[in-house]
Amino acid sequence: MATTDQELAYDTKIEGDVVVTKLDAAVNWLRTNSMWPMPMGLACCAIELMATASSRFDISRFGAEVMRFSPRQSDCMIVAGTVTYKMAPVVRRIYDQMAAPKWVIAMGACASSGGMYRSYATLQGVDRILPVDVYISGCPPRPESLLDGLMKLQAKVKREHSAAKLLSA
Amino acid sequence: MATEFSFPDAAAKAASVPKEFESEKMSLSMGPSHPSTHGVLRLQFELDGEVVTKADPVIGYLHRGDEKIAENMTYNQFVPYTDRLDYIAPLANNMAYAIAVERLAKLEVPPRCQAIRVLTAELARVSSHLMGLGAYGIDVGAWSVFMYCFEEREKLYRLFEELTGARFTTSYTRIGGLQRDVPEGWTGRVGAFCDQFLPILDEILGLLSRNKIFLDRTVGIGVISKTDATAYGLTGPNLRGSGIPTDLRKDRPYSGYEQYEFDVPVGAQGDCYDRYLCRGEEMKQSVRIIRQVLKNFPGGDWYAKDARKIFAPPKAKVLTSMEELINNFMIVTEGPQMPPGEVYFEAENPKGILGFYIVSTGGGVPYRLKIRSPSFCNLSILPKLCVGAMVSDVVSILGSLDFVMGECDR
Amino acid sequence: MTSDVDLATAVRQQFPPVTTRDSLDCQAFNVPAAEILAVLRFLRDQHGFDVLTDATAIDWSAAKSPRFTVVWHLYSSTGHGYVRLAADCASDTEPSMPSASGLWAGANWLEREIFDMFGIKFDGHPDLRRILMWEGYPYFPLRKEFPLAGLPTDLPDAEIAAETKAGLIAAPMAGGPFVAKSGRPMSEAEPRAKDEAWNERRPKPE
Repeated sequence: MATTDQELAYDTKIEGDVVVTKLDAAVNWLRTNSMWPMPMGLACCAIELMATASSRFDISRFGAEVMRFSPRQSDCMIVAGTVTYKMAPVVRRIYDQMAAPKWVIAMGACASSGGMYRSYATLQGVDRILPVDVYISGCPPRPESLLDGLMKLQAKVKREHSAAKLLSA
Repeated sequence: MATEFSFPDAAAKAASVPKEFESEKMSLSMGPSHPSTHGVLRLQFELDGEVVTKADPVIGYLHRGDEKIAENMTYNQFVPYTDRLDYIAPLANNMAYAIAVERLAKLEVPPRCQAIRVLTAELARVSSHLMGLGAYGIDVGAWSVFMYCFEEREKLYRLFEELTGARFTTSYTRIGGLQRDVPEGWTGRVGAFCDQFLPILDEILGLLSRNKIFLDRTVGIGVISKTDATAYGLTGPNLRGSGIPTDLRKDRPYSGYEQYEFDVPVGAQGDCYDRYLCRGEEMKQSVRIIRQVLKNFPGGDWYAKDARKIFAPPKAKVLTSMEELINNFMIVTEGPQMPPGEVYFEAENPKGILGFYIVSTGGGVPYRLKIRSPSFCNLSILPKLCVGAMVSDVVSILGSLDFVMGECDR
Repeated sequence: MTSDVDLATAVRQQFPPVTTRDSLDCQAFNVPAAEILAVLRFLRDQHGFDVLTDATAIDWSAAKSPRFTVVWHLYSSTGHGYVRLAADCASDTEPSMPSASGLWAGANWLEREIFDMFGIKFDGHPDLRRILMWEGYPYFPLRKEFPLAGLPTDLPDAEIAAETKAGLIAAPMAGGPFVAKSGRPMSEAEPRAKDEAWNERRPKPE
């Protein structure tokens, strides 16, 4: 079966100002290059998230500098930091309020698996309450790792069959 | 001809509204996921219009069980957890913890170790205050300040990474010494950083200190009286902003602080602006201390050589000599052997006073470790401070208190 | 500023039941729970210990009696000295202690934390509820019989618990944290978890 990971300008026959492409490719291109994160910045990883958003590592190159704290306006939730059991329902509730399509990046060891906090109060991995798309390891992951994770998410989104979902729903 | 505007005090106006116009109070929950709450803090407000009539902070959203974890690990195994208490200035936490445990063993570390610890703690103080300033700026609407501060912090991260291996979460101290000595040329780079930092700091402070918008948002807001500050156990710039000159580096010097000359900035009014000014000036004083440390940087050992049961011996000896091999094995598996007893040590961290109360019944694992968190005590004044303020003033107050939830909740 | 010896004499003169406590650094006293508020007030008003810098508790485990000790640390901002006060709770099963929130407003949150972690009730506290764990949490985590990995219970929000089918689980410790017990022959000193009666395959015996 043909993959949907198509280049944007699928057919380079340009007639005037028209470019012919596949709907999947176009929709995925739009989604990946303006992935607005919902920063669920809970602990130390939030500081690295802020550093990634700052001038040296500049997440804005990827179209993702719009760190909206409103779930309705964001595409991707970056869970950065330890999720405790007290905080877990809040994270889930905010995830539920996000509009489709939405993805989740579990940034850091604590979000991926509970990290070094194997205790009575720490959720052992945010994937117990949310479907996670990309796990980033590190304690905290360097900004380059976060950007690499974001790029992996972009690659994952590029492979989605978005057109079928849009037209069928 | 200038027009005179007068803006009556909102709270007084709300209080003087006649009974038939009284509205219902609204309940608003700010946080735990909120850009201005500096982490996972939830404020449960009761509002009368825009004015807060009751404020109940709900904390514990980052309670990870550090104190229980400490009862199950050796003293050295707990060092990474101390990084993540105040995760904005981890080197300062590392130092406070190491000194507390060393007090238990009545262990004195050599002057070079003390000098390195002071150097890293002051760099951490600069880093923390830059973050506090940047976050405060972004809360009241100044984006550029945030960007400038973070760029300076990146330079500090590069220094930390060269020294310890990690940008922050450094886990640099060990009981009885440090993880390793300073690398070649590092002190020169620290000096170069300080030289280029002071002009940039003046530029950053210049963006805010006489800025009309910033002054309107901070002067006269969140005034903490001296009695309140003492009663609620406030520490750090929050206490000094209210006019009380407590600074443990001067009052009870530790790790060689008595050798260095520096001033302690103290505020007059106790409002948000004073706390901001205190932090700005503290950064300058930190650079002053760093320069003094670099000028008289002692040579010699960087760990306590005679603490054989406490500090792991150098690797070269471990692999060739029997006694060092056994000591290394015991320290790693059983932990540094501490005598029974209890000790309480407080250090002047950037956020306030961080204290460690350690109860030991002998052995390498503490029986009880209590972390006296500055942010926990700084936040306890919120129910009193927010009443009568408007919601946007609360944002300004939170920024000026400069707390971090990792420390508050442990 | 009164020296340690003078302070000890003054306190014992005023409050005969108070004894000195072993301490590696500052002056420390053992105070009976009935006198603690009076001693705190005496130290604050007469001897300048104006800051309550910390309040915490120690659980000596169910085998010991008295089981719970509450410890206060006072600091003098003028004399720059510390003093430690320790008071045992009278009851081991229903521990309680008078609240210092009338003397220092900061004691409010410190005592709420002690209640949350140990279950020690403070008489006269204006608002004694949990602060670090959520309201309905059934256990007191810092008690010695409570395992580090925690005991299974429900998430604080029933709606989310039903939606995600997640709950609190005992954290997978995998035998750790790895510490060797001292004082044993080397052959038995393999590092393993301190509380090794249970792990994720063998539940903790009740």
